[in-house]
Amino acid sequence: MAKIEVVMPQLGESLTEGTIIKWHKKPGDKVRKDETLLEISTDKVDSEIPSPASGVVTRLLYAEQTTVAVREVIAEIDTDSSAKASTDAPASKAPAPAQSLPASSTVPAASAQATPMPTTALVQAPAAMAVPGRFYSPLVLNIAREEAIPMQELETVPGTGEGGRVSKKDLLAYVATRKSGTPGRVPGPAFGGAPAPLPSHAPAPAAPRIESMLKPVDGGELAKKYPPPGHEIRQMSNILIKMSEHMVRSVHTSPHVYAIHECDMTNVDKVRRRNADSFLQREGFKLTYTPFICDAIVRAIKEYPLVNSVLEGDKIVLKKFVNLGMAVASENGLIVPVIKNAEERNFIGLARAINDLATRARTKRLTPADIEGGTFTVTNYGVFGTMVGIPIINQPQVAILGTGSIEKRPVVINDAIAIRSTAYFTLAFDHRILDGALGGSFLESVVRHLEGYDDATII
Amino acid sequence: MRKGKIKPMKTLTYIEAISEGLRDEMRRDPTVFLLGEDIGAYGGAFKVTKGFIEEFGADRVIDTVLAEGAIIGAATGAALAGLRPVAEMQFSDFVANGFNQIVNVAAKYHYRNFIPVPMVVRLPSGGGIRGGPFHSASTEAWFFHVPGLKLVAPSTPYDAKGLMKAAIRDPNPVLYFESKFLYRHVKAEIPDDDYIVPLGVADIKREGSDITVVAYGTAVHWALEAAGKLAADGVSVEVLDLRSLIPLDREAILASVKKTGKLLIVHEATITGGIGAEIAALVSSAAFEYLDAPIRRVASPDTPVPYAPTLEDYVLPNAEKVAAELRSLAAY
Repeated sequence: MAKIEVVMPQLGESLTEGTIIKWHKKPGDKVRKDETLLEISTDKVDSEIPSPASGVVTRLLYAEQTTVAVREVIAEIDTDSSAKASTDAPASKAPAPAQSLPASSTVPAASAQATPMPTTALVQAPAAMAVPGRFYSPLVLNIAREEAIPMQELETVPGTGEGGRVSKKDLLAYVATRKSGTPGRVPGPAFGGAPAPLPSHAPAPAAPRIESMLKPVDGGELAKKYPPPGHEIRQMSNILIKMSEHMVRSVHTSPHVYAIHECDMTNVDKVRRRNADSFLQREGFKLTYTPFICDAIVRAIKEYPLVNSVLEGDKIVLKKFVNLGMAVASENGLIVPVIKNAEERNFIGLARAINDLATRARTKRLTPADIEGGTFTVTNYGVFGTMVGIPIINQPQVAILGTGSIEKRPVVINDAIAIRSTAYFTLAFDHRILDGALGGSFLESVVRHLEGYDDATII
Repeated sequence: MRKGKIKPMKTLTYIEAISEGLRDEMRRDPTVFLLGEDIGAYGGAFKVTKGFIEEFGADRVIDTVLAEGAIIGAATGAALAGLRPVAEMQFSDFVANGFNQIVNVAAKYHYRNFIPVPMVVRLPSGGGIRGGPFHSASTEAWFFHVPGLKLVAPSTPYDAKGLMKAAIRDPNPVLYFESKFLYRHVKAEIPDDDYIVPLGVADIKREGSDITVVAYGTAVHWALEAAGKLAADGVSVEVLDLRSLIPLDREAILASVKKTGKLLIVHEATITGGIGAEIAALVSSAAFEYLDAPIRRVASPDTPVPYAPTLEDYVLPNAEKVAAELRSLAAY
């Protein structure tokens, strides 16, 4: 019997988990290779996941709305039942993920070896304890959520109900002993803490997992504290929850410092106005300030490459490419599409990439690849009229540039007061790597490039 | 001086409690009167109105023709004119003959013409009395679907009296489903005073924590007996007696299911399209997250009530069948 294990894909390099939004197949259903098997939601993007092989879905290991660590096995497909079962290729691939990721195997290696059919045994449970894929009642899942018991751990709870089902009583008894600290709890290491010893039967987490810091609360209970009609209670969206977690994590991770410079945008404004019509005619979209700012950032990064790095332990990793993230307010919430290899692009190339990403962000057509791999981020809160802002670093990057509103302001030039279009730029940077001298110099460089446009600039 | 006075109590059977409720209201309110087949001189097929014609006279205890459409139609007209009639169906099966008067006239009159219809129809219901297919029906589900009606189904002497008094005082047409089986099978000490059991309020007849049984009428007693059996196995069963079917006490049902996580609905009427189906839909829609097991029902199979005693016993639910389903739910 050839079984394929479907794992939670890693849709972005910084992503550690995904939430199963919807299963398109149920056990027993036939599935074709590349047919949509499920939909998942990650930090920023909802994606349809194609089936890796043709066959029959034999098992779905997690319920919808469950958040699962990447590379965890989430489903099994029996390729023998498929019309294309004659091809050996998918079958021979089956053990590969388990071998390369021993920690994600759901049984200890020893028992896997002892079993005659290792490929299928990978998701077989030690008897009497957990029965993977067993049914969980709505109430049991609810209790598990309220007690912050992840699915992995729930799978290990002994069940006395029909077919090993965990009943309400089983789970409440487990919760009681768990609180008193008796059985080992599968840890969800939150901030790189060392994992606690695992119970021998428990699956190890595939990757350090960011547990939601936002404790689910019962809406009904909350309504007693905040009764309608004076209050309205809303569920946070996935994107909102992820934003909350990322922001808290960033503030906890990086000592933020800020530098604020005034930038004279008059020359940029002149170039922009002068080229507005011809640009629109030629390119089909409006010439905005954004490509000017992005271009200036890329140039400044070339002068100060440390700004475009990440910190790994006691090492600094300098990135030789600039993947420039730009924060976009979308209908669903804050999203940060990334201009890949911005250092290779000229001004027009940047403008086109920005327009493409911004359009697709608004129309919800971004792919997971569009939002991953950023090395530096720019956020333009000036469009909301904000004059000065202090942004939070987009981890694991080390700096973020915020741009305030562009206004006509009185400015002293050559001891005379002039009216100039200016904006306040804020650089938030990680003081673990960058000091004030470097941060200030980088920001000064961005400003210098922007103020350096003149009538000779050809767009 | 009320201080220190002991409330007078008396022991009544279920049927005596119905009679007492009727008698109380007739004494209290001269607009209350009864009509039905053989309820006067004969005292009614089950003797609910025995002695009534002597006390209240033939004008208020009216023997009618054998025509349920006429009985209910006359009662509806009297109610529109400001009286408070209580019409007796000799057996609830026979209400089919008066169906149109109930669902198209009594139930809709206030909606269409803004005139209240304060009437009660008594429906001696259910089997277990060797009555055969024409004298054993449980017909509440026929009317459960009809806007404009209220439906009650008492299970104890206390509720029988209190619900009768509340039904008579209600400004709407109320169908009062009384269990023929319980008439002389249950007996209890109940207050002698003028109390009512409000319509639309369910009652926890036995508290428990593991499984909720929702029942009404005769089924409450099967549930209570079964709960006693399960207690011996260490399973704590809560028995919620609906008492009223319309208005349905949704809050009480949901509260109990949210407490226990498991629900069994028991009624004597046939299973398909029964009251239990509505309750199951309510719970799965409003308390899905609280369910630890499938919602199950114990009810009669979709067949008339047979005349042969062995077949009748086979068809009707009983405490054993309820206990078996409870054990299955407990093990789930």
